[in-house]
Amino acid sequence: MKVLVPVKRVIDYNVKVRVKSDQTGVDLANVKMSMNPFDEIAVEEAVRLREKGVATEVVVVSIGPAQAQDTIRTALAMGADRGLLLQTDQDLEPLAVAKLLQAVVGEEQPKLVLMGKQAIDGDNNAVGQMLAALLDWPQATFASAVELNGEASAKVTREVDGGLQTIEVDLPAVVTADLRLNEPRYASLPNIMKAKKKPIEVKAAADYGVDIAPRLTVLKVTEPPKRGGGVKVETAADLVMKLKNEAGVL
Amino acid sequence: MAVLVLADHDNAHLRDTTAKTVTAAQILSTDVDVLVLGEGAKAVADAAAQIAGVRKVLLMEGPELKAMLAEAAAAAVVPLMDGYDAFLTPATSVGKNVAPRIAAKLDVSQISDVIEVVDGSTFVRPIYAGNALETVSSSEAKKVITVRPTAFKAAADGGSAPVETVAAPTVQAHARFVSEAVTASDRPELGAARIVVSGGRALGSAEEFNGVLEPLADKLGAAIGASRAAVDAGYAPNDYQVGQTGKVVAPDLYIAIGISGAIQHLAGMKDSKVIVAINKDPEAPIFQIADYGLVADYKTAIPELMRALG
Ligand SMILES: Cc1cc2nc3c(=O)[nH]c(=O)nc-3n(C[C@H](O)[C@H](O)[C@H](O)COP(=O)(O)OP(=O)(O)OC[C@H]3O[C@@H](n4cnc5c(N)ncnc54)[C@H](O)[C@@H]3O)c2cc1C
Ligand SMILES: Nc1ncnc2c1ncn2[C@@H]1O[C@H](COP(=O)(O)O)[C@@H](O)[C@H]1O
Repeated sequence: MKVLVPVKRVIDYNVKVRVKSDQTGVDLANVKMSMNPFDEIAVEEAVRLREKGVATEVVVVSIGPAQAQDTIRTALAMGADRGLLLQTDQDLEPLAVAKLLQAVVGEEQPKLVLMGKQAIDGDNNAVGQMLAALLDWPQATFASAVELNGEASAKVTREVDGGLQTIEVDLPAVVTADLRLNEPRYASLPNIMKAKKKPIEVKAAADYGVDIAPRLTVLKVTEPPKRGGGVKVETAADLVMKLKNEAGVL
Repeated sequence: MAVLVLADHDNAHLRDTTAKTVTAAQILSTDVDVLVLGEGAKAVADAAAQIAGVRKVLLMEGPELKAMLAEAAAAAVVPLMDGYDAFLTPATSVGKNVAPRIAAKLDVSQISDVIEVVDGSTFVRPIYAGNALETVSSSEAKKVITVRPTAFKAAADGGSAPVETVAAPTVQAHARFVSEAVTASDRPELGAARIVVSGGRALGSAEEFNGVLEPLADKLGAAIGASRAAVDAGYAPNDYQVGQTGKVVAPDLYIAIGISGAIQHLAGMKDSKVIVAINKDPEAPIFQIADYGLVADYKTAIPELMRALG
């Protein structure tokens, strides 16, 4: 069974984000970029399925600039088998990403697409659900546990607002990873070396012939209002007094 | 322009996130209908009918809708969209699961987590964990939008809209509900509470987390929240997590105990009216956004706080 894992190159989660003064976006020049953390979790899950012999091949795909090859390389070092880059310098909306992934699924015919629930740059939380819709596949989002029943179905525990929900989806399906699905491994040096020999195919996103034109226009990107600095209190009694008399919230 | 709002509920009670989403919808149009998907949810539909300004309530029931499986919910909404120009849902776990599926079926983009409706086609949404705000305009014929409920005031009561029952379409379902584990609690819901007390990694164990936070929450009538570190370590259940990838809250009072204040945590609580931080490290970033900071070990500070509250 083949597993496809879409991975996105995003600003590292530790980097302090700065909005550009011309309000056209955030400053990405010379900042550290990494694999989207949720996608690392998805790669880890796919590699574990491969190690258990459930998956026979793990293919990672990224849509983005040439440098996204580094992101793919990271996934290969974690244990994925081969990579595919759909190269574009355009910043694509989730619907366009989902349409390109739909085309990749058509070529690759995976039984399972395992991906992140959310990219931490745009915070859209949309591509997986959109991909499932376009393919007419079932979806299991926000997964904290995945149990495969051969190639027939997957039992997925989902993190939802009230607690946990477990559903069963027939394969093929799209599963999106939440934070607690697993703890991704660090690639070992030998595996990083091995990954250099694994194949990455590069294609132009434009060659897929799907409509990836933007549907939304970004008018501006601004800084959120800053909270004024507060005060330090000396004691818990002082705190209660201030919350009652000054803030009026008790 | 007519707008369809998806109701947020548990089949027995309507959540106030629905009335907040109606407020956002009313900036787009005066023709706002509310859709209740569920099972045994007549009381929910009746409650939705009382939101002021709602034109009508549609009630669609079925077993797959009870669990709000995405395939069934999208199949229910998509045909209805012939009669609407926009679909709005609160950005709950249900809304986030279902809305993109609807958008893709309609071949339109989704605008996620909207915090401001500027006009009929312009919206503001946080990106990068709330470190930037993006203003986007959409010329899509039909708009699919998830709304951040904490950014809108609930529409008032006092309406008396008609409730129409609509048959749910039959779908060839490839997903089945198996079970759910709902965290039972008599406390207010995290997303709706006026006061939230939240614990972090410092609490060290589930026993300590509950032993420290529960009495305080009971005294204040507060909901309990947690940082990701506390949830990952098993001190608190997943639905307690506040942050970029957990729940977004904006209570009158948020008390962060033993939480450092990582940007991913701040993303979920920095719009609270008053923020209190209790942390033994004076350099902890949480103090930069706290209105009141108490540099102290929680082990002594919380008992003192309990006494001071009387
Ligand atoms: C993709 C991604 C998504 C994430 N999403 C979220 C999210 O939604 N929500 C979230 O919260 N985090 C999220 N995180 C994690 C986030 O980056 C932080 O790791 C996390 O918030 C830290 O939790 P903490 O503050 O409890 O722990 P720590 O950072 O370890 O802080 C513990 C604090 O307790 C203080 N302390 C220790 N002992 C005591 C004591 N006895 N008395 C008082 N104070 C004490 C310390 O000084 C310290 O400041 C995410 C991370 C990633 C990568
Ligand atoms: N450019 C991209 N290339 C590959 N995968 C992507 C891309 N954008 C989003 N994804 C996948 O879709 C998930 C959800 O992203 P989003 O809907 O943008 O928050 C991510 O976690 C990735 O798995």
